[in-house]
Amino acid sequence: MTMRAYRNHPAWWAFLVHRVSGIALALFLPAHFLALGTALEGSARLDRFLAWTEQPMVIAAEWGLVVLLAAHLAGGLRLLALEFLPWREWQKTLAAIAAGAALVAGLAFALAR
Amino acid sequence: MSERRVEAWLWVAQRATAAGLALFVLVHLVTIIYAVRAGLGAAAILARVHSSLAWPVFYALFVLFAAVHGAIGLRTIAAEWLGWRGNGANAAAALIAVALLAAGWRAVLAVSS
Amino acid sequence: METLKVEVWRGGADGKYQSFEVPRRASQTVLDVVTHIQRFVDPTLAYRFARRVGMCGSCAMTVNGKPRWTCRTHVDEVAANGRLELAPLANLPIVRDLVADMREFFDKWARARGQFTPTATRKDDFAKVDPRSNARREADAAIECIGCGVCYAACDVVKWNPGYLGPAALNRAWTLQMDARDGAHAERLASVAGDAGCHSCHTMMSCTERCPKQLSPTRSIAGLKRASLLRLLAGDGDEA
Repeated sequence: MTMRAYRNHPAWWAFLVHRVSGIALALFLPAHFLALGTALEGSARLDRFLAWTEQPMVIAAEWGLVVLLAAHLAGGLRLLALEFLPWREWQKTLAAIAAGAALVAGLAFALAR
Repeated sequence: MSERRVEAWLWVAQRATAAGLALFVLVHLVTIIYAVRAGLGAAAILARVHSSLAWPVFYALFVLFAAVHGAIGLRTIAAEWLGWRGNGANAAAALIAVALLAAGWRAVLAVSS
Repeated sequence: METLKVEVWRGGADGKYQSFEVPRRASQTVLDVVTHIQRFVDPTLAYRFARRVGMCGSCAMTVNGKPRWTCRTHVDEVAANGRLELAPLANLPIVRDLVADMREFFDKWARARGQFTPTATRKDDFAKVDPRSNARREADAAIECIGCGVCYAACDVVKWNPGYLGPAALNRAWTLQMDARDGAHAERLASVAGDAGCHSCHTMMSCTERCPKQLSPTRSIAGLKRASLLRLLAGDGDEA
C-alpha cells in the first residue's frame, strides 16, 4: 500500500497497538463483568463458568487478552512518560520496551497455565 | 465551560484514570497469574475476595476508573474513525460509562457478598 | 539508457495518475524528474518549487506514499524497481496536479496564535534572553520550521479530525510560549487547547519522523499539553 508508507515507523505501530488493544478490552470488559456477575447465583454457577474456561480455545483467548492488557498498559505508560516527563530523544525506544514488557507478561501467563 | 475546556478536562481525566489503572491492572495481573498457577476454583477465589474489605473497595475503584477511561477512549475513536461527533456521540459515551459502571459494580457486589 | 517509470497525479481530487518514462541520471533528484516531465514531455504539468536546495520547502509533495521535499530526495533513495509515484501533499485540497492548496494550513497557524505578540516598544532596550535558559532551549529546538507542510500531510489526526490545528501550527505556538518576550501566553494556551488543539495529538510521531528539518512537533505538543494542564489546574480564566 504505497499510500500508507508514511505510517511505517515504530511510534505509529505503537499507536495502533494501543488503540486496537483498547477497543478489544472495551469489548471484553462487559463480558467479564457479566461472567463475574453470575457469582450472584452462588459459587456453583461461577465454578461451571470456570470449568467452561478450561477449553483450549478459551485458554488461548485468555492468553490473548492478557497480552492485550499488558500491551495496552505498557503502551499507556510509555504515553504518560512522553507527555509528562521532560523530553528525551531515546524515548522512541520506549515503544520497544513496552512491547517487550507486554510479551513478558504474556509469557508469564502462558507458563502459569 | 467552553467546549475547549471540556475537551481539556476529558484529556486530564483520561490520563488520571490511566495512571490509576496502571496500578490496578498491575495488581490484577499479578493476582490472576497467581490464581491460575495455584489452580484456584471459584470458591477459593471468592474466599480471597471476602477475606478483606480492601478487595471490594479495590475492585469498585477499578471499575470506576475503567468505565471512565474506556468511555472517553471509545468516544475519541468514534470521532476519529466513524466521524461521529456532537451531542449524540457524547450521550452514547456517557451511556457506555454508566453501563460499564453498572455491570462492573454488580460484578463487584456478586463476588463480595 | 535506464529509464524511470513515473506515475504522476493529474487533475484535482477526482483526477488520476498518468504514466511517464523519464531518463534516469546519476545524482538525480525527484525534482529533476518532475522538471524534466514539465519541460520536455508535458508542459501542462503543475508543480511548485523555488530554491531547489532544501531551504524553502516549496517542493513538498508525496513521493511513493511519503511526504518529502523533492529537491532533497535522490531518486536512488526512493525508486525501488525504477518506479516513482508522485502526488500532491495529503490532507490538503488539490489545486491541480502536484500543487496543494496551503491556505488551511496557514489559517490553522493563525488560529493557534502562531504569531508573536510584542510587549516592548522601540523606546525599550533590547530584550535580554539567556540562550541557555530552559525556555529558550525549548524554543530553539523547534524554531527552524519553515512551514513546508510535510508534517501536516503526514499526520493521521489531521486526516481524521478536520478541525485539528496540526503539528506545524502547534509547534510554532510552543516556540512562542517559550519566548520570554511574547505577551500572549495565556491567550495562546487557550487557543491550542481542546479537540482542535494539543489534546488531540496521539503521539503517533509521523510528523517527527518526516520533518525534513528534524524537528519534533510531538515534543512541542507534549510541552503544550503540560502547560495546558498547569493552566487548568491553576483555574485560569476561560478566554478563547
